[in-house]
Amino acid sequence: MFPDGNYGLGSDEISTGTSIMAVEFDQGVVIAADSRTTSGPYIANRVTDKLTPIHDHIFCCRSGSAADTQAIADIVAANVELDGVQMGGLPLVKKAAEIFRGYCYSYRDSLSAGIIVAGWDPKEGGQVFTIPLGGMLVRQPFSIGGSGSTYIYGHVDATFKKNMSREDCVKFCSNSLALAMNRDGSSGGVIRIAIIDKNGVERRALLGEEIPRFYEG
Amino acid sequence: MSFYEKMHGIGNGMVDYQFNCHRPGFMSADYNLNSTSAMEPTKRTTQPSVTGTSVIGCKYLGGVIIAADTLGSYGSMARFREISRVMKVNETTVMAAAGDYADYQHLKGRLERMMISEQVMDDGFELPPQAVHSYLTRLMYQRRSKFNPLWNTLTVAGFKNGAPFLGSIDKIGIAYEAPTVASGFGAYLSQPLLRRAQEEDPQKFTYEKARKTIEKCLQVLYYRDARSYNRYEIAIIDANGVRIEKPKACDTNWEIAKMVKGFE
Repeated sequence: MFPDGNYGLGSDEISTGTSIMAVEFDQGVVIAADSRTTSGPYIANRVTDKLTPIHDHIFCCRSGSAADTQAIADIVAANVELDGVQMGGLPLVKKAAEIFRGYCYSYRDSLSAGIIVAGWDPKEGGQVFTIPLGGMLVRQPFSIGGSGSTYIYGHVDATFKKNMSREDCVKFCSNSLALAMNRDGSSGGVIRIAIIDKNGVERRALLGEEIPRFYEG
Repeated sequence: MSFYEKMHGIGNGMVDYQFNCHRPGFMSADYNLNSTSAMEPTKRTTQPSVTGTSVIGCKYLGGVIIAADTLGSYGSMARFREISRVMKVNETTVMAAAGDYADYQHLKGRLERMMISEQVMDDGFELPPQAVHSYLTRLMYQRRSKFNPLWNTLTVAGFKNGAPFLGSIDKIGIAYEAPTVASGFGAYLSQPLLRRAQEEDPQKFTYEKARKTIEKCLQVLYYRDARSYNRYEIAIIDANGVRIEKPKACDTNWEIAKMVKGFE
């Protein structure tokens, strides 16, 4: 993929190294991310918010180049707001995801952006869409992303169950990200969580002692 | 923009894109958005990102079968295990793709929009598999000529006017029709099996025989291709139309493991 080992980023380009994930549940979605932004080995921001609102009930989790993902998220948010006004209602999550994908695919050779779009709309309920490097689009019951995700594929495959409750999903996210953050040098800080359902967005953060702990040898 | 300019991928770069991006039928993937200077032909050979492995297919008496697994690999990682690489183009044609999945999705969208335009004309005409194959060949070759290929090997299969159709197109526009096709690892492992089964007695190569051979090939690919997955989709196209079956897994036999101990 990227033989230089730095995911195609310049050596001092700012990266949201990252561990991100999103899970669908019956009435909505839970999204979560770590809070570390790195510039090479330096932690430029230890309290970043990688959960970026696209619309009232649609968020995205950003991984890869901080600049690329912020720029795209800004444009997509503007497009989605216009779409909401034109369609006279809450925008569809799929629409937002497809707008994201349009940019990520067209500019695939210039961008380093791995994005998870998640939200709730009245038509389809909670949905999670993944747009990895290269610009494909796929809907999944849950998705993990970012450099830290590589360490938890086994864990999530073993732990995920269909039809989890809202709080089970939150626990699933916080345990998974805690494990990822502990192993990945590019991830760390606090765990930011957002729960999106028909009533809107509830934001939480797990700081310091609140982050789950596992075997640390 | 003159025809010459469009065909050779030159123009006013971003300015051109700005004015044309809302035109119906506009394809942003045809424009070199990655070039920083205007008046520059596309000069980029993309690298594939999420990829699909083999697609195999063979004709039989009265139709054609193709099959592909449901895996999108991210390098060596089996990242997306439930994606479909086979699409129904219209009532007579199916297309399957190996290679870059994002490029497959681009082609899928393009073909779907084309089929809608066709239907809207409402003249009872539907593109036959040969035409779909020809269209895709031109497209793949044009992209290759601009040094910006769609990184896929496509398999087009169909059944029209009582005759089965099976063709292949690769990322540099090499295209051909054959009684059996296989891309990726399948070209090495499955093609010989498919050919032998079919050439044995082409006049008696029934659906059951073809199906059995395809399933055997899928099993072999699962045993020997490190980028394969034991979940596959089969599409059958015959006089009754297109049927893409629900994903299934192969039976596997590991008994020989008991016979092996140590280094031999």
